[in-house]
Amino acid sequence: MNAALLPLFVVVPLTAAGLLTFVQGPRWLRRTLFLGPSAAGTLGGAGLIWLTRDGTVFAHNVGLWQNGIAIPFVADVFSALMLWTTALLALVCSLFAVATGDDERTFFPALVLVLTAGVAGALLTGDLFNMFVFIEVMLLPSYGLLAMLGALGRLKAGRIYVTVNLLTSTIFLAGVALVYASAGTVHLGELAGAAQESPAVALGMGVVILALAIKAAVVPVHGWLARTYPFTSPAITALFSGLHTKVAIYAIYRLYALVFDGDSRFLWIGVVAFTLTMLIGVMGAVGENTTRSILVFHMISQIGYILLGVALFTEIGLMAGIFYLIHHMIVKASLFLSTGAIEHTHGTGALDRLGGIAKREPLLGLVFMGAALSLAGLPPFSGFVAKLTLVIAAVDDAQWTAAAVMIVVSLITLMSMLKIWGGVFWGKGPKSGLDEEAPTAAAGSTESSEAAGAREPTASTAILTRPKVKTSLIVPGLILTTITLGFGLGAHVLLELSAQAAANLMDTSTYVEAVLGR
Amino acid sequence: MTLAITIAILVAGGVYLMLQRGMVRIVLGLLLVGHAVNLLLMSAGGVSRRDQPLLQFGWGSETADPLPQAFVLTAIVIAFSIAIYMLTLAASGSDDDTEDAS
Repeated sequence: MNAALLPLFVVVPLTAAGLLTFVQGPRWLRRTLFLGPSAAGTLGGAGLIWLTRDGTVFAHNVGLWQNGIAIPFVADVFSALMLWTTALLALVCSLFAVATGDDERTFFPALVLVLTAGVAGALLTGDLFNMFVFIEVMLLPSYGLLAMLGALGRLKAGRIYVTVNLLTSTIFLAGVALVYASAGTVHLGELAGAAQESPAVALGMGVVILALAIKAAVVPVHGWLARTYPFTSPAITALFSGLHTKVAIYAIYRLYALVFDGDSRFLWIGVVAFTLTMLIGVMGAVGENTTRSILVFHMISQIGYILLGVALFTEIGLMAGIFYLIHHMIVKASLFLSTGAIEHTHGTGALDRLGGIAKREPLLGLVFMGAALSLAGLPPFSGFVAKLTLVIAAVDDAQWTAAAVMIVVSLITLMSMLKIWGGVFWGKGPKSGLDEEAPTAAAGSTESSEAAGAREPTASTAILTRPKVKTSLIVPGLILTTITLGFGLGAHVLLELSAQAAANLMDTSTYVEAVLGR
Repeated sequence: MTLAITIAILVAGGVYLMLQRGMVRIVLGLLLVGHAVNLLLMSAGGVSRRDQPLLQFGWGSETADPLPQAFVLTAIVIAFSIAIYMLTLAASGSDDDTEDAS
């Protein structure tokens, strides 16, 4: 393959976003421009996985500047896997947004495309400062998206989100400055192993990794996530859950492997922090009573699992972590989309105001159940393979506490999935008769809530007049649940790819050679 | 030394402002911290041991390092755009000084 094609992952969505800001054409044209780049990205990502599956690393100096001066775009199998998954999630969430009508909002498609471009750039770049820039490219449209759609309280959530992320980016930048001051370069190829040799570089990189940990919502810096994600529209929550925190996780994996060279002196910090993340995240979910806030706390808990892979820093640990990362992105988005479909149709995600969905929407019930069991780690879904390999890796490394916590947290996860299942899907409709306020067709959309209010159903007819969930809202979740089932049954395919990605992280020489062009 | 003291003062002021409740003060605080980090980036180029690149013919280790300056330019533009967005949020929400901070 010609490595010069790599920047296309960034250029195509950006161009489409630019076109979408002024193209007034027919709806199909705008939808093609909206969905096309993500679809192309998914295909391109799959192709890239195929080309890098044997451990090949592609690198391209953007603008053909010479090595060391140029900003390199690098792709190995880890970045290819991430590219494929993020593009797939962007595509599926965009389909969901089309079904809910979110995409009719001014600039919504353009902002989503800029977001995906930023994600692709952050995954591909081989330069620390460029990573900062692409993370900003990813965050800027998110600020708009978060405050643009969603329920009451989204502006307050938007404030918290922007403030936390700007502060975090500033910390990241300070880290970059410290690295440049101590190492004299921000080129990842030249920084390889530098933090192990020099404590000054390690300190600078520590600041960078702290910033990334805030972005990934690791305990004790996780508070912002639970207070922002539940307030925007379901499609956006699903998209953010798949892209934002996961790019930070990817960066932690990459930087720790490359710049610290897997330095074993600092690993215990990770083991402690990530075990706490698992435990505290799942405990937070117990106290919540709307579908999305429960799921958001679970996300924090799962981030602990994913990052434990890098804290073990053994080949099997990294493999398990990468497998877990891919599995989690898909499953979490599926859960957000299936509960989002209910929230969109019935106007609420509160457990005590919903019920009996499984009887009325058997397919949606199936989609949710599949993803929920996968999240809790039951066979035959991918969650089982992910958790099993991670527990094996932890036991292998004699991290008994972490392994025990993982199993306990799985049980609590299952309990809380059953709580959603019992509150939303089982039973005979809303238990407390709170339904007089009429189900609104779309949260936060005033016209539709007025229209629904005009019908004024009485408490007895409310259940009969409650709208059915549209098929187009179920399909996105269904696609993702099918994929997690596929990864569970055919786990060896993804396991082999993760193993290759882990091997590339353990031995970074191919990566460095490719980036430096030697 | 001047740079170090300036950075310290800016960070102190920025953190103080960020801990206030009003959104406008938080924005101002973030701007101050942003300036501090920009100066930190400048100092990463080794300002004490390098000269300005004007009226000299020497290149390399004696003249100012252009890379941190390019970094700072990029960072300023990004911080500027986010600051405007945050001020919009501050103007479009309710007055948070009088409200419960929940």
